[in-house]
Amino acid sequence: MGMTLAEKILASASGRETVSPDEIVVASVDLAMSHENADLVRKSFQEIGAGRVWDPERIVIILDHRVPAESENTAATHKAIREFVEAQRIRHFYDVGRGGICHQVLAERGHVLPGMVVVGTDSHTTTHGAFGAFATGIGATEMAGVWTEGRLWFKVPSTFRIEVSGALAPWVSAKDLILYIIGQLGADGADYRAVEFEGRVIRNMTVASRMVLANLSMEMGAKVAFTPVDEELLEYLAGRTGTRIPLSPSFEPDPDASYEQVIRIDAGESIPEPVVACPHSVDRVRPVSELTDVLVNQAVLGSCTNGRLEDLELAARVISFQRVHPRTRLLVIPASQQIYLDAIRLGYLQRLVAAGAMVNPPGCGPCVGVHQGILAAGEVCISSTNRNFIGRMGSKDSRVYLASPAVVAASAVAGHIAHPGEIRNEVAA
Amino acid sequence: MSDSTLRLRGKVAAKLGDHIDTDLIYPGRFLNITDREKTPQHLFELAHPEIRGLLRAGDFLVAGKNFGCGSSREQATSAIKLAGCGAVIAVSFARIFFRNSINLGLPVVVSPAAAERLEPGDDLLVDLAAGRILNLATEESYPAAPLDPRAVELLEAGGLIPYLKKKYAA
Repeated sequence: MGMTLAEKILASASGRETVSPDEIVVASVDLAMSHENADLVRKSFQEIGAGRVWDPERIVIILDHRVPAESENTAATHKAIREFVEAQRIRHFYDVGRGGICHQVLAERGHVLPGMVVVGTDSHTTTHGAFGAFATGIGATEMAGVWTEGRLWFKVPSTFRIEVSGALAPWVSAKDLILYIIGQLGADGADYRAVEFEGRVIRNMTVASRMVLANLSMEMGAKVAFTPVDEELLEYLAGRTGTRIPLSPSFEPDPDASYEQVIRIDAGESIPEPVVACPHSVDRVRPVSELTDVLVNQAVLGSCTNGRLEDLELAARVISFQRVHPRTRLLVIPASQQIYLDAIRLGYLQRLVAAGAMVNPPGCGPCVGVHQGILAAGEVCISSTNRNFIGRMGSKDSRVYLASPAVVAASAVAGHIAHPGEIRNEVAA
Repeated sequence: MSDSTLRLRGKVAAKLGDHIDTDLIYPGRFLNITDREKTPQHLFELAHPEIRGLLRAGDFLVAGKNFGCGSSREQATSAIKLAGCGAVIAVSFARIFFRNSINLGLPVVVSPAAAERLEPGDDLLVDLAAGRILNLATEESYPAAPLDPRAVELLEAGGLIPYLKKKYAA
């Protein structure tokens, strides 16, 4: 019996020939990532009393949740982390102004390679399944254990395979596809499972778009989520690491792997238009055309889900030479310093700022409700981020709708939730 | 009230619904607090702050499916644990919350039958090793998913920190 990709990577990392779902294995960790909560990890690590971390080269720390510091508490956290990385000789530390959102920085600095076991003290660590890594989120104390021992126990997950055929309809993006899937499966529909995405639609996607699928799979409970390792991905990685790694069967599931469930989706048929996740759950998904009477106070373009260059480019194209609606504030948060620079160079930010957008520093920003762009009671936000829980972005009486960058940009111009085609038509007329 | 780490006695302090996420348990705006002892002050701050007043040492929380979904924030677990909660009993738990709980020494019990039938005020005996929950008033008994031996070992040690401390501290 063949193995799925999750099974293959866990078998290899635990020194076994094969593994099967529900077995417990102890796997060696290739990469351990933390952000501000590295300070919590540090405290637990120092309580354990092991002295030195297991391997400073395999630890990456990226400040992103509250940058620059919004409070004295955070300033003290940042300072403690700086002192710790220096004392432990952790080289891969991205301070304020040097990195951006942890998942984007890990990717664009070439830290993640296919076949790796990656753990991060952030739930959206599943993002790195887009690079063929077994990548998942853990808590701070568990990370202290990884810093101590360099290994971690896992229950081998069973795998859902999601095959996407057909072609994406106009204005339908990776974000719409994954929101549609979460809407079908539910917010716990893939709990504890590995997910493998496959099919022509997926292989035609940019690496940035594949990251959206892996990132949001967490919101249906997935432990890990993979998109295919192909030439396009290896080219992306070669551009970042300077080393071209060849395709390998160890980066692919076996043809006779066993799946708990195989889900087949015709993208064009199932998702004829962009979709939106309504408050207060990411699985309350409806077509955008049913929501155009929802007035919008704030539109957010950013996050580890959708703050990449292609997202800013698309938003700039949708907005074109129009202006943000007087009712609405548009916040743009490039996912990293590199994306920020590229978006300046390519004129996207010029266009967005001219339209009335405010650009916030690269980081998690309003997505976690801790750093600027907080919502008041009664306010409505449309956002390209990943969660719309009660009070996620501010008041418990505010409401967050999740959508693609194109829908966020169109809604910012319209002042209500809008189909991007509608905005463009208004321009033409 | 526990007569051992694995046999717990207490009352149900509150019953919650499905998909109670980590923002509801511990809002993001308080993540800049890294002193674990202070986290219970903000437990359920957004929607259920009254639970803080209801929860007595050793009491249980009962919830529906996917309890603790969302962020990996460990403060969600430490706030519940340090507020004195003896265990959370739920239909199911989100993955990271479940692991965080075991690692911080907070028992988490998967029992759809108990989660459905129990009500606030019920007096319970929870046997983690046997996988059984007994309602002392009605004498109803509910099966619970047995904990993995690794989880039992960690709970008995009081969590991952004391467990590793024994192994590594100089």
